[in-house]
Amino acid sequence: MLGLTYVAAIIATLPLLFIIFHLLRQGATFLRPSFFTEMPKPMGEAGGGMANAIVGTLILIGTASILGLPIGIGAGLYLADRRGSPLATIVRFLSDVLNGLPSIVLGIFAWEFLVRPFGGFSALAGGMALGAMMIPLVTRTTEEMIRLVPASLREAALALGYTRWRTSVSIVLRTALPGIVTGALVAIARIAGETAPLLFTALGNQFWSTALREPIAALPLQIFAYAISPYETAHAQAWAGALVLIAIVLIISLIARYATRARYAGGGD
Amino acid sequence: MLDSRRAGPVKTSARGDRVFQIVITAFAVSIPLLLVIIAISIGLAAWPALSSSGLSFLTGSKWDVAAGEFGAAPAIYGTVVSSALALIIATPLALGVSIFLSEIAPKWLRQPIGFLVDLLAAIPSVVYGLWGIFVLIPILRDPVAPFLKDTLKLGSTPLFSGPNYGYSMFAAGIILAIMILPFISAVTREVLLAVPRSQREAALALGATRWEMIRDAVIPYARSGIIGGIILGLGRALGETMAVTMLIGNRPEISASLFAPGYTMASLIANEFSEATNDAHLSALMAVGAVLFVVTLIVNALARWLVWRVTKGGAR
Repeated sequence: MLGLTYVAAIIATLPLLFIIFHLLRQGATFLRPSFFTEMPKPMGEAGGGMANAIVGTLILIGTASILGLPIGIGAGLYLADRRGSPLATIVRFLSDVLNGLPSIVLGIFAWEFLVRPFGGFSALAGGMALGAMMIPLVTRTTEEMIRLVPASLREAALALGYTRWRTSVSIVLRTALPGIVTGALVAIARIAGETAPLLFTALGNQFWSTALREPIAALPLQIFAYAISPYETAHAQAWAGALVLIAIVLIISLIARYATRARYAGGGD
Repeated sequence: MLDSRRAGPVKTSARGDRVFQIVITAFAVSIPLLLVIIAISIGLAAWPALSSSGLSFLTGSKWDVAAGEFGAAPAIYGTVVSSALALIIATPLALGVSIFLSEIAPKWLRQPIGFLVDLLAAIPSVVYGLWGIFVLIPILRDPVAPFLKDTLKLGSTPLFSGPNYGYSMFAAGIILAIMILPFISAVTREVLLAVPRSQREAALALGATRWEMIRDAVIPYARSGIIGGIILGLGRALGETMAVTMLIGNRPEISASLFAPGYTMASLIANEFSEATNDAHLSALMAVGAVLFVVTLIVNALARWLVWRVTKGGAR
C-alpha cells in the first residue's frame, strides 16, 4: 500500500512537468522579440506581438494593488490586533468565504456594479474586480506575519512612550514588512493570470490604450481569444503569450517563495 | 504564546490612536460589506428570471435563448458531473501525495515535490485551457478514448458511449482534477502534519506497521480535515471557469455519456454573457451566477468548518 503513495506522488508531479514542457517548447518556437514591442496583427495574419496586452496586464495589476493592498493590510492589522473579538472572527471567516468565491461571480458582480451603471467596460472596473480578489489573500498573510512579530518589540515601543498607532505602524508593521510583501506578491501572482472577471470588465482591446476609463487589453484575455480562434497563426501567438504570462507568474511566485525562505532561515520564530 | 498586547500601557489620550482604530476597523468591515453588496447586487439582477420561472429555472432542461426559455438544469448537471469526475480522480492522488510527503518521503525530497504540486495552483486557468485544447484533447481523442472503449470494452456502458470529439465532459473533468489537486493536497498535508506525534508513537508501540499506523492512527484523527480539504477542492471545481469553458464543448444538453459535450454554470455565464442582449437572457445568466454563488458559499463554509475543527487544537 505504501508503494501506491510513491505512484501518487509521481503522477501528481507529472502534469506540471508536462505543461511546463509544452509551454517551453511551443512558446519558445513562437516567441520573438517583436512579441514584446509590436501590436497584434488582425486574426489570421502571422506575426505581430502583444505589447498592448503586456502593458494592459501591468496596468490592471497596478490598479488592483492600489485597491487590494491597503484594504487587505489594514484588515490584517485589525485581525491581528483584535484577535479574539467577535467581529474579528466574522471578518476572518468571511474573508475565507470571499477567497473561495468563484472569480466569475466576482466578474458578473463587477459588471453589474461597475460597468453597467457607468456606461461601459473599463480598465478601472477590471482592476477593481481583481483588487477585490486580492483582499482576502493579503488580509490573511498580513495577519499571520504580524502575529510573528515578537510581543517584546511592541512592549518596548509602548514602554518608550510610543502611542499605540505609532507602535503599530513604525514598529510592528515595519518588522512584518518582508512577510507582508511576500503575501502581496503571492496575491499579485494569483490575479495576474485571472481571465474570467476581465471578460465582463476590462473586455480586451485590439488597440493601444492605457486609459483607465476605456476597455484595455490583457494577456490572459488575448490568450483566450487566440486559443479558441480557428487560425494556426493565432494559436502560435497564444502559446507565446502563455509562456510570457507563466513567466511573469512564476517569477513573482519564486521571488515570494525565496523571500519567505530567507526570512524563516534567519528568523527567530 | 502570551498575548501581552492587551496588557501594554493603554494610552487613551492620543487622538491618533482613535483615528487609527477607526481606519483599520473600516478596512476590516469592508470585507463583510463587500460580500453583502455582492449578494444583494447579484440577487437583484437575478430576481426577474427567478421570479418569472420560479423553481422551473432550476429543473427546466431547455436552455433556448431564441425562445426565451431558460432552464438551468443542463448547466447544473454539467457542473455536478464535471466536479464529481474531478474529485474522483484528484482525491486519491492528493491523499497519496500528502501521505507520501508527510509520512514517508525522506526530508530532502519533501520540499521539491511539495513545491511542484503547489505550483500547479499558480498556473492560470487560461493556460490550462490552452494546454487542454492542444495537448490534452488530442491525447484523450486518440490513445485514451479508444483504450477505454475497445480495450477495456467500456463502449457499451452509457458513461463511455457515443463518439468522442474531444471537447467533452471527460476533458473538462480531467483538467479540473489537475487544477484542484494542489488545493486538496495542501489542506490534507497540513492536517496530516497536525496529527500529534503521540498518536503515531502509540500505534507503533502497539506493534503496528507503518501502513497500519497511517491507516488506523493518523488518517482517522485527520479525517474531518481531509474531508474539508476535499470539499474545498469541490468548491474550486464548481466555480472554475476558463479552462472548463475552453474544453467542455459548451452545449446545453444532458447526456449520460462523458464523451458528450456539456455546459457548467460558470462556462455558461462566460460563454453567453457577451452575447446577451435582452434583459431576460441577462437576468437568466445572473440567476445562474446567483445559484453558483449560493452553492459555493455553502460548500466553502462547510469545508472551512471541517478543517478548522482539526487544526484548531493541533500543531499551531
